[in-house]
Amino acid sequence: MLMEMCLAIPAKVVTIKQDKAKVDFGGGVVREVNVTLVTVGVGDYVLVHAGYAIQVLDKEEALETLRLWNEILEFEPKP
Amino acid sequence: MIANARFRDENLSKRVAQKIHEVAASEGSVKICHVCGTHEWTITHFGIRSLLPSNIEVIAGPGCPVCIVPASEIDEAVQLAMKKVTVTCFGDVLRVPGSKRSLLDARAAGADIRIVYSVEDAVRMARNEVGKDFVFFAVGFETTAPSTAVELVGKSPPENLSFLISHRLIPPAMELLVRMRDLNLDGFIAPGHVSTIIGLRPYEIFPKTYKMPTVVAGFEPLDVLFAIYMIVNQIKEGKPQLENEYVRAVHREGNVKAQEVMRKVFDISDGNWRGLGEIPSSRLMLSHDYEAFDALLKYKIQVERGVDAQHGCQCHLVIIGKTKPTDCPLFMKACTPQKPVGACMVGSEGTCRIWARTVKMPK
Repeated sequence: MLMEMCLAIPAKVVTIKQDKAKVDFGGGVVREVNVTLVTVGVGDYVLVHAGYAIQVLDKEEALETLRLWNEILEFEPKP
Repeated sequence: MIANARFRDENLSKRVAQKIHEVAASEGSVKICHVCGTHEWTITHFGIRSLLPSNIEVIAGPGCPVCIVPASEIDEAVQLAMKKVTVTCFGDVLRVPGSKRSLLDARAAGADIRIVYSVEDAVRMARNEVGKDFVFFAVGFETTAPSTAVELVGKSPPENLSFLISHRLIPPAMELLVRMRDLNLDGFIAPGHVSTIIGLRPYEIFPKTYKMPTVVAGFEPLDVLFAIYMIVNQIKEGKPQLENEYVRAVHREGNVKAQEVMRKVFDISDGNWRGLGEIPSSRLMLSHDYEAFDALLKYKIQVERGVDAQHGCQCHLVIIGKTKPTDCPLFMKACTPQKPVGACMVGSEGTCRIWARTVKMPK
């Protein structure tokens, strides 16, 4: 699957050295990717496409999206 | 980070589907188009179409970057390979049909064709094998083009590496679709990954000029369901606008660094898309400053025209959502993932390839 293109997969930045970072895709898959296109720190989540981090994922926005969805749906989460 | 599972919550999904049913009840037929293979994968894999009311149709547009590479550009890559140049490409590209043969056929005939994970692999190979000539076959939309540009701008790629650029831009293709009167589109789900690069501005034309509700969406089932809900809501309220559902990854301005490197390296020109023909301002070409890396100029390759369609293949209709893969006479008969006839069966983002994995053939 990794040889196929167009997919962008979230991964967590583990280490950074100049324009390269080791990122963890989960499930034991760790790869070196190019981070030239983003401003990123260790612990951040990035979207990786064809060996390049193309965007940093925003945790606060992710939580806000979930909150908004629940609000729109007047959804009562199970305790 | 938020576990993806929360964006796949079953109860929440059912509630959104219920909301879509409520909002859509007073509407006529609604046809929503997405333009991303990963959206088609999410929709098909999670059975999203089965959750929608019968008056809401979601069709797949030209969202597979491999599927829309015209045969003429595959022919160029094959010609380069037959000139003893090592062609490097993404795995999906290998089996895309050219006019007469694919790169895989060329490899079987003795050409040196290598699959790479990223353009950096091609750079590394060229550096390690200085006696050989390499070409990177650069296929992909705005998501991929910045990585090609990064290797050219500010760095000096090895002299034995040149580039065959087949990058295309998505918004011009969306404009072509919206202008196809007989397609009768009512809304767009805009591609989340492309949008991480280009931001929101390029889509403003759709609600403003074409009164087309447009929602940038992520790739989890709830992202897609909410995008559909937002579009149907806009239709109900009669207020077409551009909304961003994928705020955790897409910012209004996009990825400015990526846009800058693309601007430095590429010029925009009209481009041929397999199955769609020429689309104005939809192709990236190396700009004058980077001509020295243009494989077509370096090796004097000229392909006048290619043969895109194979006999009986419906890819040109599948790619704009006019025909379902299951309505193509070749689907899973003469055309299978193991032996594809059309490009839509080749790329992992191709609609036929996705349906081949997931959709049961009607009896």
